[in-house]
Amino acid sequence: MSRTDAVWSEQGTTPDAIEAALRQLLVEAHAERREIVPARVLNMIAFVDLDWTGEIANRLRGVGRYHASRLVVLAYEPKRQRLDARVTVSTDDPAAPGELALARETVVVELGDRHLDDLLTIADPLVVTDLPTLLWSPHGHPEIVDWLLPLAQAVLLDSVEEPDYEEALARAAALSERAYVVDLAWLRSTPWRERVAALFDPPWLRSELGLLSSVSVRHHPASTVAAALFVGWLSSRLGWDPARPARLLSAHSGELTGRAQASRQEINLRLEVAPELQVPGLQGLTVETAAGHRVRLDRGPGGLRARFSGPREEDREWTIPGASRGETGVLGEGIRQALLRDPTYLPAVGAARAMLA
Amino acid sequence: MAVAAGRPTERPQPENPLTAGLERQPVPPTSLVIFGATGDLARRKLLPALYNLAHDGALPERFYLVGVARKEKAHEDYRQECEEAIERFSRRKPDPAVLGGLLENVRYVPGTFDEDSVYDTLSEQLGAFEKEAGEPLNRAFYLSTAPSFFPVIVGKLGDSKLSHHEDAQVRCIIEKPFGTSLEEARELNREVLAVFEEPQIYRIDHYLGKETVQNLLAFRFANGMFEPLWNRNYIDYVQITAAEDLGIGTRAGYYDSAGALRDLIQNHMMQLLCQVAMEPPVNFTAEEVRNEKVKVLAAIPEPKQQEIAEMAVRAQYGRGHAGGEDVPGYLEEDGVPADSNTETYAALRLEVDNWRWAGVPFYLRTGKRLARKVTEIAVTLKPVPHLAFSQDGSLGVQPNQLVLTVQPNEGVSLRLGAKIPGTRMLIRPVNMEFLYGTSFLSQSPEAYERLITDAMRGDPTLFTRNDEVEAQWRICDPIVKAWEAAPGPLPQYEAGSQGPDEAESLLREGDRWRAI
Repeated sequence: MSRTDAVWSEQGTTPDAIEAALRQLLVEAHAERREIVPARVLNMIAFVDLDWTGEIANRLRGVGRYHASRLVVLAYEPKRQRLDARVTVSTDDPAAPGELALARETVVVELGDRHLDDLLTIADPLVVTDLPTLLWSPHGHPEIVDWLLPLAQAVLLDSVEEPDYEEALARAAALSERAYVVDLAWLRSTPWRERVAALFDPPWLRSELGLLSSVSVRHHPASTVAAALFVGWLSSRLGWDPARPARLLSAHSGELTGRAQASRQEINLRLEVAPELQVPGLQGLTVETAAGHRVRLDRGPGGLRARFSGPREEDREWTIPGASRGETGVLGEGIRQALLRDPTYLPAVGAARAMLA
Repeated sequence: MAVAAGRPTERPQPENPLTAGLERQPVPPTSLVIFGATGDLARRKLLPALYNLAHDGALPERFYLVGVARKEKAHEDYRQECEEAIERFSRRKPDPAVLGGLLENVRYVPGTFDEDSVYDTLSEQLGAFEKEAGEPLNRAFYLSTAPSFFPVIVGKLGDSKLSHHEDAQVRCIIEKPFGTSLEEARELNREVLAVFEEPQIYRIDHYLGKETVQNLLAFRFANGMFEPLWNRNYIDYVQITAAEDLGIGTRAGYYDSAGALRDLIQNHMMQLLCQVAMEPPVNFTAEEVRNEKVKVLAAIPEPKQQEIAEMAVRAQYGRGHAGGEDVPGYLEEDGVPADSNTETYAALRLEVDNWRWAGVPFYLRTGKRLARKVTEIAVTLKPVPHLAFSQDGSLGVQPNQLVLTVQPNEGVSLRLGAKIPGTRMLIRPVNMEFLYGTSFLSQSPEAYERLITDAMRGDPTLFTRNDEVEAQWRICDPIVKAWEAAPGPLPQYEAGSQGPDEAESLLREGDRWRAI
């Protein structure tokens, strides 16, 4: 359980005053409850439209223990003239008597157009020095991300929220040159990538990774980019011929099809829209090999529903258990991933861009 | 996925290129058999661990579970028991759909562990799983029974040809205690190794599955600043403490036959000592890590009978106070014989006779009903050779002390001398703290989640090798024997206290036990 231990707010404030309040609140909270210690893992700067601050707060509340240790919300209202701020220190109840109560700080700064030129100098004093900083701008504002990037080591984005998937991938690639990119669209495919890697892990099937003949991905209508990243991952990991990249072209009903070239055979690719899927991400996928093996995975209750068939085998169907993380779980995972490094994302982006170009 | 003729399982395989970058690496399809499936460990730890792995999507793609226990019951009744245990003891509230999916593949085989029919039924069941899965499944036999059944079960697994599989890996996971003496451990090793090969055997020491214990190696070998000091030239003494504030609870039957030395020192605390004292392994493969640990144990001289009184202390808790309440002494606890000679507190002074550690005492202590629950390793450095400051009017300069806390409040604390603000050069000790909980977002998995996964993946790094177990016993066995031969009553310490005064006798002049 989380509880609010201390609050400070001021209208017409300054970054210095906010920073001083942060220090003072922690001292007071610790003096009152000795078990309180500040979490020192990650700063997160979120640039949000003021009208949507509540929605973002709700999303972040759901991430539980993956909450950044210091969250700085820059709430933007174009015509605002005054800088207002509110600081909250909240703690988790200790797991057992005598254990620590972790304190997390949230700073909400309301600002307007007139503050944007100095945005870096407003945000800089509010992050904990020497902690990695994650930058998130869920309502667009790419120019703000560029301005604040000198403060951040990682950028959180969600490529499926961009209206144009080619631009989304180009943006991700460009940002990757300046910071580590955590893409929620990529994280939504993690369970699928894990399962495909595991299903083809038994030695007798592993050799067929070089013999894929067809890959079909079913996705939420707005998640083409997530499906493309999955296929891009296969392409980059399996070394499909980069000199002859697959070209995904529109077929019908939003479907994209194309052919990729592996060392010994062509691979048919298909990205299909799954209109029944209510949440962003993938609904299912099918992978076939030239040897006649076919693996199909679909979302199902309590995990992924797997179907396997082969030239000499009976068809098999079973559930691979695993709980759905939900969108808040994906966001929490995104925050956690800011502290890790996945070397396979950027090559997947590169391959996906080539296919969608 | 039928077994295709000539399938290339024996030939070297290329790496799986899809596993790069994935945090969760594939676990081969497995049938897990738990002997002692209705016991306390299975209910409290193993079943919840399996559920949490399922919840995280971390079980193998094909996973089946068989419970084996004495009582006759239907599969459905056992599934119901599993569900109740998971709902009660899981670290997270179970998702009904995930739980249902896990329980679908659970079966129960009733019978006593020496009955041939149990193994026939088990063999049929495992075969049925493979037929259903359409592929050979690795097998992991988890021995979560009273130790007296270990050789019986292993023998029967061998007799029934369940110990090997032509197309899959078979592993045997053995719970502690691995023997209650050196002789028993050797005998058990002989019996187990007559059926399984060493790489198939996974001897559990669940301390090794704890994140903070694993972090000891990261702390030592991933930071350049400590290793140059990590030797007899700079370290004065090392203290390893595993203190509990609770009494024995309902475990009198087990505890009174084991005692503190067997319960904690012979296994967990020896492992902690190894991690503190071992040389950096060439790499972090299981064999290299375990080779280095065995070298540490080999460097600890076997206690001689005449030395034991000077290097080992035992005691029992008497009446006292804990958590603000009066609590009974050990001999008054339910199920404990009134004349019991079992120690609830044990402390040792050991030497590691090698180039790095010669002359540095390692103090180990563990006990029930002490002042609080704490497991820690305290490394005290030698004092500075010359002090230029006057110590008048200050607490004085104390040696640096590095404390690695395993539980609770996992972290590392370094005691430093610092100037007290003011006009005079007065020094007092201050602590520089690193707390695990403040520095990571992720929740540590339960030790059993990690250990079960490692066993299914075939990674024995966090399990104890045969020579390691025997080396631990070689050190503890003479003390156990001497204590068993000596008449009681044992020295008493007040419940809720720091332990017996007798423990002071182990310390060199100037050394001090840290406050618990």
